[in-house]
Amino acid sequence: MSKNKNTIDRRSFLKVSTAAGGGMVLGFSIFMSGCKNDEVVKQLIPEIIMPDNWVTMSGFIKVGDNGVVTIMSPNPEIGQNVKTSMPMIIAEELDVDWDNVVVEQAPLDTEKYERQVAGGSQSIRHGWDALRQAGATTKAMLITAAATQWGVDASTCTASKGVISNANGETLGYGEVASAAALLEVPDPKDVKLKEAKEYKIIGESKRNVDLKGIITGQPLFGIDTREEGMQFASVLRPPAFGQKLISFNDDGAKAVNGVSQVFQFGDKIAIIANSTWAAMKGKKEIIAKWEAPELAESTAYHDKTMMALLDSKVEPVRNNGDVSKAFAEADEVIERTYESPFLPHNCLEPMNFFAHVTEEKVYLKGPVQTPQWQQGRVAEILKRDPKDIEVHMTRMGGGFGRRLYGDFGDEAAEISSIAKVPIQLQFSREDDMTAGTYRVALKYKIRAAVKEGKISGYHITEAASNSNMYGLIPNFFPAYAIDNYRVDNAKFESNITTGAWRAPYTNFLAFAEQSFFDEVAEILNVDPVKMRLGLYENAKKNKDDNMQWDPDRMAGVLMLAVNKSNYGKAKDGVYQGLSVYYSHNTHVAEVADVEVINGTPTVTKVTCAVDCGIVINPIAATNQIEGGIIDGIGHAMYGDFSFVNGKPSADNFNKYRMIRSGEAPKIDVHFVENGLSPTGLGEPSLPPAGGAVANALYKATGKRIYKQPFVKEVEVLG
Amino acid sequence: MAQFNINVNGVDHSVDVDDDTPILWVLRDTLNLVGTKYGCGIAQCGACTIHIDGAAARSCSLPIGAASGKKITTIEGLSEDGTHPLQQAWIEHDVPQCGYCQAGQIMTAAALLAENANPSESEIEDTMHGNLCRCGTYNRIKAAVKTAASRT
Repeated sequence: MSKNKNTIDRRSFLKVSTAAGGGMVLGFSIFMSGCKNDEVVKQLIPEIIMPDNWVTMSGFIKVGDNGVVTIMSPNPEIGQNVKTSMPMIIAEELDVDWDNVVVEQAPLDTEKYERQVAGGSQSIRHGWDALRQAGATTKAMLITAAATQWGVDASTCTASKGVISNANGETLGYGEVASAAALLEVPDPKDVKLKEAKEYKIIGESKRNVDLKGIITGQPLFGIDTREEGMQFASVLRPPAFGQKLISFNDDGAKAVNGVSQVFQFGDKIAIIANSTWAAMKGKKEIIAKWEAPELAESTAYHDKTMMALLDSKVEPVRNNGDVSKAFAEADEVIERTYESPFLPHNCLEPMNFFAHVTEEKVYLKGPVQTPQWQQGRVAEILKRDPKDIEVHMTRMGGGFGRRLYGDFGDEAAEISSIAKVPIQLQFSREDDMTAGTYRVALKYKIRAAVKEGKISGYHITEAASNSNMYGLIPNFFPAYAIDNYRVDNAKFESNITTGAWRAPYTNFLAFAEQSFFDEVAEILNVDPVKMRLGLYENAKKNKDDNMQWDPDRMAGVLMLAVNKSNYGKAKDGVYQGLSVYYSHNTHVAEVADVEVINGTPTVTKVTCAVDCGIVINPIAATNQIEGGIIDGIGHAMYGDFSFVNGKPSADNFNKYRMIRSGEAPKIDVHFVENGLSPTGLGEPSLPPAGGAVANALYKATGKRIYKQPFVKEVEVLG
Repeated sequence: MAQFNINVNGVDHSVDVDDDTPILWVLRDTLNLVGTKYGCGIAQCGACTIHIDGAAARSCSLPIGAASGKKITTIEGLSEDGTHPLQQAWIEHDVPQCGYCQAGQIMTAAALLAENANPSESEIEDTMHGNLCRCGTYNRIKAAVKTAASRT
């Protein structure tokens, strides 16, 4: 169990405060009209009457005098829906009516919350124990307060939907006892009983996104919507190619633009401050800058050549089991394939931005960032300030996908505000966003299988990239353990192109390479790809150790669920199916893609997906995550194409970079394994297997194996 | 700088901006109507979709003069209280993930339904093709448009 500050730190519980709410109606009464659909919608998102006063029970929970409960959502919301699912877990143990819950985004607070990060699909998995404890502890305190008021033993009282009852049939609402409860000693976590899964009333129910009303009516929820007193807008001119340095610039034209107030250099960049976003962007275009070329201006041709050479180089293995050399020396046959993929930009639809107001007193930062604590630490270092002086507030994010882990935009905003001495909102243009990225690194894999007596006797994968993907836990993923003689090598080269995590980092391309390879090996060995995988999972059981990440039975479980639901192997004529099974981010996923030839063009028509993430917190949103991950995975595998010429990115906007669109997304059929195990995350795990499933189906439809992304350069295909 | 008289969501405004300022930035930075989103600036993603005299338009690529004397509708004014059939269908289907593109998606779909109350699947797909959703909620968007169409 993870340590739980929220239940053992009494300070936050004892901070009893009240805040006037004024009896206002939250938001706006959108469900009062006479439209015939109103009743359905009213049930989905009921109207909430706000209380006059709040009592703070803990860093997570405030109880209103009318029984309405505010739950603080600790982690950043990037579209993975944690702002709804994490509070649902608290509400479950608190035993409050979800229709009476208001959710607020918590700011960065390292005293009250742990791991305020959106990354690695870990929010739910890491938060599971702490969130349940937070709800259950407050519930226990509320019951104790009610029991004290009645003069009865707390063990004779129960709570349901925010109402406490005693054996005499008397009742008290949470709002009536909250003030007294907040003064009580916080119980020891081990004395607080958590529910059994079968008792859940909120977990496992489909609850609508808590920001849904705001999203569909255009309320200011996102970083880009931040509007603060006296704020100015900033844009930044950065080197047009990686590795370049600023020599000099002329800002006469920029300063002549209406609304531009300041232009200055910081590092190798130039900031333009103006009274509107448009003026700041316009001013930037007027700057004439001279840039110094780097010693090595990197191009895709150079990357390709370097990585191909690395695939044949000798490196120390990062994992080496059995005797791989012997397995290959004694093989009847060696199968070797190479897989290649380009760099990928993130392209969050909300371009990077951040608000910063730096004063002598404090540094106020507000914006879309997946890692607020890192942001605070870096800005403290840049501005030479005490981290305690730096407040970080998180807004809803228009996508993250790993790009907003890095906070470089927040650093820039802080630096600019500190120099300009005004509150500013830094806004990237789309061109800035696509060309000043932290790209998914370009990758190449060489995979070799040794075959002895019709079986895989050895497996050797070599990775070439400018930063490593196959390190840490990744070499322990399937097919580690499944194949006795197993070796992973990774070979790196230095590059000045900034790279970083991109949705399902490490495996978003690895899974395609590996699952395509196994499909081809099964064909060469003339074995059923389902049976081959089941055999490998079975073999893994005997090699199991504490470092093993994936579970052979859960892997087999999702495989068979997907096979059964998709009729894999028994599809009707004209439907070509491809299978892919992958474990990542603690979740097991199997996908079957259907390809049909429509008007002469192979078209991905459907994906059937089986997921084992343990307990599903919020089914409607969980399904949405799976659908999105598959569509994202297919879109980037098919179309994602990004290269460099002399350090300059090949595309800077959506007219030069293709992304999957409406009409190109297949139907998606999602099935969850029901096993009652502790929940794991869903933001990423459905993405890695998608490319392999589609490639394997396309092979059956066209007879052509795909070894390279984007697919559209290899074979004619439609989404 | 020049003066422009525009009508946004039924309210007349007089704005003093450079004549090359896109409608998008007048809405967001001058009128503080931030529901209309910036995505690409070149009419390729649809996040900035508004209605000009009822027709869907990409506000990032139209200078403010294009709105002079015309009626602009933004997501904030699509319905008085969030009860447009599309907004309700968006709730039913729990469409958004990050939510950033959804105002533009709804505005594009609303113009379609105003013109064609019962669009076919391919008409929906073709119309929505100009609106990117980086999270991949396309299937739900399509389902919600169909739901709303069935009720109008």
